[in-house]
Amino acid sequence: MSFIPWYFALPLLGAFLIPILNKIWKPLVLIFTTAITFALFILSLYGIAVVHEIPMVVYKMGNWPPPLGIVMAFDAMSAFMTLVIAVIAFAANIFSLQYLRTYTGQGKFYTLFMLIIAGMMGLVVTGDLFNMFVFLEIAAIASYALVAFGTEAEELEASFKYMVIGEIGSLTFLLAIALLYAKVSTLNLADVSNVLQTFRYSPIFWTILGMMIFAFSIKAALVPFHSWLPDAHPAAPAPISSLLSGVFIKVLGIYTMARLIFNVFGLSRATDPVFFNLLIGFGLISIVIAGLIALAQRDYKRLLGFSSVSQIGYVLVGFGIGNFEGVTGAIFFILAHALAKGLLFLTSGSVVDATGTRDLNKLAGCGEKMPTTAWSYRIGALSLIGLPPFIGFWAKFYIVKGALKAGLLWIALAAVLLSGLTLAYLLKIESHVFMKKGKNDYKEAPFLMRFSMVFLVILILIAGLGFNYVFDLIIGPAAHALLRGLEYAQLVFASVINF
Amino acid sequence: MKGMSLIVKSITNVVIGFIFIYGIYIILHGHLTPGGGFAGGVILAGAFILRIIAFGADAKGEDRSSLTASVFESVGGLLFLGVALAGMAITGIFFLNFLPKGVPLALSSAGIIPICNIAIGIKVSAGLFSIFLAIAAVKSGIED
Repeated sequence: MSFIPWYFALPLLGAFLIPILNKIWKPLVLIFTTAITFALFILSLYGIAVVHEIPMVVYKMGNWPPPLGIVMAFDAMSAFMTLVIAVIAFAANIFSLQYLRTYTGQGKFYTLFMLIIAGMMGLVVTGDLFNMFVFLEIAAIASYALVAFGTEAEELEASFKYMVIGEIGSLTFLLAIALLYAKVSTLNLADVSNVLQTFRYSPIFWTILGMMIFAFSIKAALVPFHSWLPDAHPAAPAPISSLLSGVFIKVLGIYTMARLIFNVFGLSRATDPVFFNLLIGFGLISIVIAGLIALAQRDYKRLLGFSSVSQIGYVLVGFGIGNFEGVTGAIFFILAHALAKGLLFLTSGSVVDATGTRDLNKLAGCGEKMPTTAWSYRIGALSLIGLPPFIGFWAKFYIVKGALKAGLLWIALAAVLLSGLTLAYLLKIESHVFMKKGKNDYKEAPFLMRFSMVFLVILILIAGLGFNYVFDLIIGPAAHALLRGLEYAQLVFASVINF
Repeated sequence: MKGMSLIVKSITNVVIGFIFIYGIYIILHGHLTPGGGFAGGVILAGAFILRIIAFGADAKGEDRSSLTASVFESVGGLLFLGVALAGMAITGIFFLNFLPKGVPLALSSAGIIPICNIAIGIKVSAGLFSIFLAIAAVKSGIED
């Protein structure tokens, strides 16, 4: 099972080779990064096939056994996250090949792009707490630099704000790891999970969990801690906005939070209903407040940024419902939102590229001149709102189903009714940019930019129409992997002996 | 910038070699004594930075040094990753210490760890030096 290190070794290899290739022949960099993101896409599909046969693959780094050495614990949830990362990274990469033609310093851009992918990939496959922190920081620091890539006043301010708030989150996570290590004397996730149960529900247990949730709430931009996101994501170049909003906040915030809550701290709705109700509450606050603020925006990308904050709330509500349907809905939502928001940010890149502005009041008339962009926007928006047959519908369907099954009628109602809010702010872009007629000579995006948008549109359609296959192969096993709870630890140690 | 006074330049010429040797010593003894790739790399970068401060930016073409520094930074990273991947290529296990371990406390012992230290030393020294050059470039840009 030696395919696991390649998830982060391949992009790291890219990150270190690109500065050298950039000095030899610049087009080589473009070919090389595309080859790497495509290879990661294939690799993540292979990973899905592997976890279909074996529930948990454990890889010992340097052949050191688990409590002593670092292990990579690869289960269905990790496989699912690597697939989401790889898909959006591939689309963003293809898009940036032509989008970046007006930028200088492409070598630096692709180096940072590879580092951000290496960090995220490493984060989702690792089975070690400190390793998790290191990969989180690789991805986070690369993202600070990428947000500032335009190096204008607006980008630098956004990046600085993002860096200060983001580091508060990272360092709180580090402090929580230090406290935990002082208490349990181990950093292996499975081992931590075993030892933690000896002082379950003690004050230190809740302190550590609270600090970690605070840290990941900053990374996921949940509402009291969201203020950096609407500045940072629009300031980045469009393919990076797409990667940051599409997968970055979910990998650094939501995946880590879910993994620690379910598999390491071993909480479940049956034993800790108050905690899970709090998660639902936080999620609903995010949906409502960020959704209302999004209504008032006049900037294309800033509106989408607030929309990301709002939609992340749904994922949290899904995890808060806590039964199989709810968690399935949350995982479906991660996929649906990654595809849809990734696509919407790519359309914003296409519009900005053609017009040079993000102000909604100045963008009238893009619909006639840019049909591919307009229809990509419409399909992405419909999927985000949750209309059948797109994948966003199935995400909301499972959240509602889970809420009804758990007897939380008012949450099911809220999840459905709040789609109206999503519809309202997405219609604002539709009406100002694509429906309104205007005199202009805008040109449709170049071929590769259209290609990556159509690629995501096709994925949204395929995933929505064949949702039962997606559910059986990818989503269902991932939900089972999270709901496995404390059996995660036994499975990790059992899988070590097998291999 | 013309650099600092003759006294500073002469002293720099004398001590820079010692600083450099000391940095290399720390890197090479990383697996035996406190220190290692990172600490030694910082000392090496200190030697480069001292030279720029004492002699001024135009003593040696700043463009060329930043270019060389970024290439060496990549080389350090590639060397480290190469060691990890060599473990995979030779034994099938990522990061396996596949070289003979040797006698404990001898200079040539501990398998791949000295090589990793050297890689980290190259990367850290080149990285810190290019950060210094970048900050110096921004500073001089503002003053102009």
